[in-house]
Amino acid sequence: MKTSSGLLRAFMESTRDLLPIVIVVAFFQIAVLQQPFPELLDLLTGLFLVILGLTLFVQGLEMGLFPIGESMAYAFARKGSVSWLLAFAFLLGFGTTVAEPALIAVTKKAAQVAAEGGFIHHSEVAREGYADGLRYTVAFSVGLAIVIGVLRILRGWPLHYLIIGGYCGVVIMTLFAPPEIVGIAYDSGGVTTSTITVPLVTALGVGLASSIKGRNPMVDGFGLIAFASLMPMIFVMIYGAVI
Amino acid sequence: MHELGRYLFDSFLGTLTDVLPIVLVILCFQLLVIRRRIPNLRRTVLGFVYVIIGLSLFLVGLEEALFPLGEAMAKQLTDPAFIYAGIEAIGGAVRWQDYYWIYMFAAAIGFATTVAEPSLIAVAIKANEVSGGVIRPWGLRAAVALGVAFGIALGTYRIVTGTPLQYYIIAGYVLVLVQTIFAPRMIIALAYDSGGVTTSTVTVPLVTALGLGLASTIPGRSVLVDGFGLIAFASLFPMITVMGYAQLSEWQARRGHKSENP
Repeated sequence: MKTSSGLLRAFMESTRDLLPIVIVVAFFQIAVLQQPFPELLDLLTGLFLVILGLTLFVQGLEMGLFPIGESMAYAFARKGSVSWLLAFAFLLGFGTTVAEPALIAVTKKAAQVAAEGGFIHHSEVAREGYADGLRYTVAFSVGLAIVIGVLRILRGWPLHYLIIGGYCGVVIMTLFAPPEIVGIAYDSGGVTTSTITVPLVTALGVGLASSIKGRNPMVDGFGLIAFASLMPMIFVMIYGAVI
Repeated sequence: MHELGRYLFDSFLGTLTDVLPIVLVILCFQLLVIRRRIPNLRRTVLGFVYVIIGLSLFLVGLEEALFPLGEAMAKQLTDPAFIYAGIEAIGGAVRWQDYYWIYMFAAAIGFATTVAEPSLIAVAIKANEVSGGVIRPWGLRAAVALGVAFGIALGTYRIVTGTPLQYYIIAGYVLVLVQTIFAPRMIIALAYDSGGVTTSTVTVPLVTALGLGLASTIPGRSVLVDGFGLIAFASLFPMITVMGYAQLSEWQARRGHKSENP
């Protein structure tokens, strides 16, 4: 059975990936804090689930997420319709971000900060409105980021000029945004790119770059994630400065 | 055991709502715009099922086992009673040197969680494939993990000393800019991407717990202002280390080349 031995190897690889965490936690618990492990059985069960889950995820990645991202990139390139491709790019970015649990958690915290800083009223409704507004702002900015990233691949613009321009935007907005929002804005760049979005978007970029003449998948295919983590920082600070 | 079943179900539903918008977007475009059959449809669907089940199990395992323990450890390590055990508190002032265990924990946990981060694994697989094997998945992941380790350790130092976040981030950006000019062109896009992928499922909750724990125990720090920002460090420094890794291997290759043909 070829598949079962492949699965076993994947399981071993996942175990190896988790090993550093186990070592770090065990070292600090035993040597530094000098405490026994509470509920060792639960811990081991949890660890087994993590390893099993990671194994399945990596398998599914290569069977489902990567091929679909690439085949859609090829199909769009063959069809030659830029507007449909950009619409797809926007919806992919917007749709994957708007329901992201990590983002919902961050926007709630931001609303709390804003209420304590006196930017909005200290009421449930005002906080919820602020959080929802922020969430849609971030989702919109991620959609826009993927659109710009895809346009870059199509046109072959050099990535670093765009990223440097984006960083200048971050620095400029840092000066104007209320200081309370800056930490959250910087963090929001990291939380928008979820575990399912990343493989899909990466496969899309690499697929596009390899199906368009004159593009190198290594030089041009990556970079979409970078836009998706840069853009929200700027937009969250704009949102904080305007509201 | 009953509780575990409920956790599993909740996590499964959560992952499903996460995946649903993506599946809808893909289906719409596949049916209405592309109008072609998805190649290997059964295999692809099975792949999606694996991803959903795998991610649910992964999250439940983390929430059951690692997060409570990691958060408890972060709390204990940042507890003044632990830090000042054996040290006489000097007039209530915070000395950053006394927090050395926290810097070590920050670096170690940053490295370890990044190695296990599923989205980084995905990008590493793709980079290996696209570069024709030149970029080894483990080399890339180790470079990223080192960057996260350094970034989070520096981020905890910033919380302890209370220096403004902006200075660090802007200095980091300047370094990224300078490296961009000199790094091999092939690595730049990948380096930028690796900043965004490091901070997701595994790293964020543990690192956030560490930041909030630190900010709430050190006198004079506000949880809301100082507790955040560690994630930003964790996404900045991998760019620097990944470009550095590429620069280093290019430099070595050039030196090896020179000594072969003097």
